[in-house]
Amino acid sequence: MTTLPQPIPSANKRLFATLVIVVLVWLAAYNLIQPLADWLSYSALGLSRESHLGESLAFFLYDVPKILLLLSGMVFAISIVRTFFSPERTRALLGGKREGVGNVFAALLGIVTPFCSCSAVPLFIGFVESGIPLGVTFSFLIAAPTINEVAIILLFGLFGWKVAGLYVASGLVVAIVAGFIIGRLKMERYVADFVWKIHRSGDVVEEKLTWPDRIERAWESVKEIVGKVWLYVVIGIAVGAGIHGYVPEDALASILGAQAWWSVPVAVLIGIPLYSNAAGIVPIVGTLIEKGASVDTSLAFMMSVIGLSLPEAVILKRVLKMPLLVTFFAVIAVAIMLTGYIFNWIL
Amino acid sequence: MLAIKVLGSGCTNCKKLEAVTRQVVEQLGVQAEVVKVTEYPDIMAYNVMSTPGLVINEKVVSSGRIPSPAEITIFVTNAIEAAGAS
Repeated sequence: MTTLPQPIPSANKRLFATLVIVVLVWLAAYNLIQPLADWLSYSALGLSRESHLGESLAFFLYDVPKILLLLSGMVFAISIVRTFFSPERTRALLGGKREGVGNVFAALLGIVTPFCSCSAVPLFIGFVESGIPLGVTFSFLIAAPTINEVAIILLFGLFGWKVAGLYVASGLVVAIVAGFIIGRLKMERYVADFVWKIHRSGDVVEEKLTWPDRIERAWESVKEIVGKVWLYVVIGIAVGAGIHGYVPEDALASILGAQAWWSVPVAVLIGIPLYSNAAGIVPIVGTLIEKGASVDTSLAFMMSVIGLSLPEAVILKRVLKMPLLVTFFAVIAVAIMLTGYIFNWIL
Repeated sequence: MLAIKVLGSGCTNCKKLEAVTRQVVEQLGVQAEVVKVTEYPDIMAYNVMSTPGLVINEKVVSSGRIPSPAEITIFVTNAIEAAGAS
């Protein structure tokens, strides 16, 4: 796990110097994107500022490098934070917490604990078997994939901190409420029997990480995540740029912005079978918001796409019996809808 | 003879880890048996909560990530030393 900050040996100084230079280059590049994008589209290519093509192209040339830079920088920062957390540590922190408080903690830890949906089952078993209440475990299992770091970064980059904050807040509310409800339903008997019979042996692996280790791990995850999502980001922004340039402002307001009672549930239901990663869906959803689709409906749709997925259901089927699996999905879907309505009402 | 186990239900990362491990073992020319452990009860017996996990001679050396070939080399040589010492 973690060690106390150690005095930095001279061999590490070079690493830190490199890091500082990288940060400076990053900042310079980030500030150069706008003038470069404008220059390329309007001066070098001679497109008019008023033309659809000019506007779309400038938007695309600005957003793609901006988002990719933001993504690399922030994934790096988040990954450094995550090296201080591990599922084992989270489990220890959650042990002995009552329901209620436990749900809140679990949802918050879901944001910072490194998580991959392929580990959902071992994590579930590890939590439940160590005595963490079922509902608290679910709060964690809902928050971890739903409050997705790529989604947060993209929302922040494309729409600012308010929309990003709203997304994190709704994710937390959904995870806490849904986990709490599942806990109240007392569905322990619908957990696959083998889970309760597992006999564990051996101690938890504890890793001692040094700062160079942390930096290396963070760099590895930047390469992995950016490598995986960059194409989706480019395609997503290209579609977004097209809409930005060609669709008139508020054109969608009458369809998606309508405060019809059914718009939120319909958005959530459509979102469940759609399984996309955050990288592809955010730029599109975002542009829809810009063109007048309502923020709450769009966020509900996005959460349902990212948080409720059929592949995850298939994975969880191994440890949850049908009634619990169905309840799990139904409760989250309802919770997402309710959050949608609450924001509808607040905003 | 080392007993190496790769813990994981068959996700991409688990397959990658298995491939890297086999490569390292081959390069080092070590006598080792690499086995995949895919059943959850068996994985959980090692108290591992994030896959893929790597177990050498019943000792968990890493979990939740794919260590670099250099790291695996260190794990393997450490295990050989430990086995020689006992």
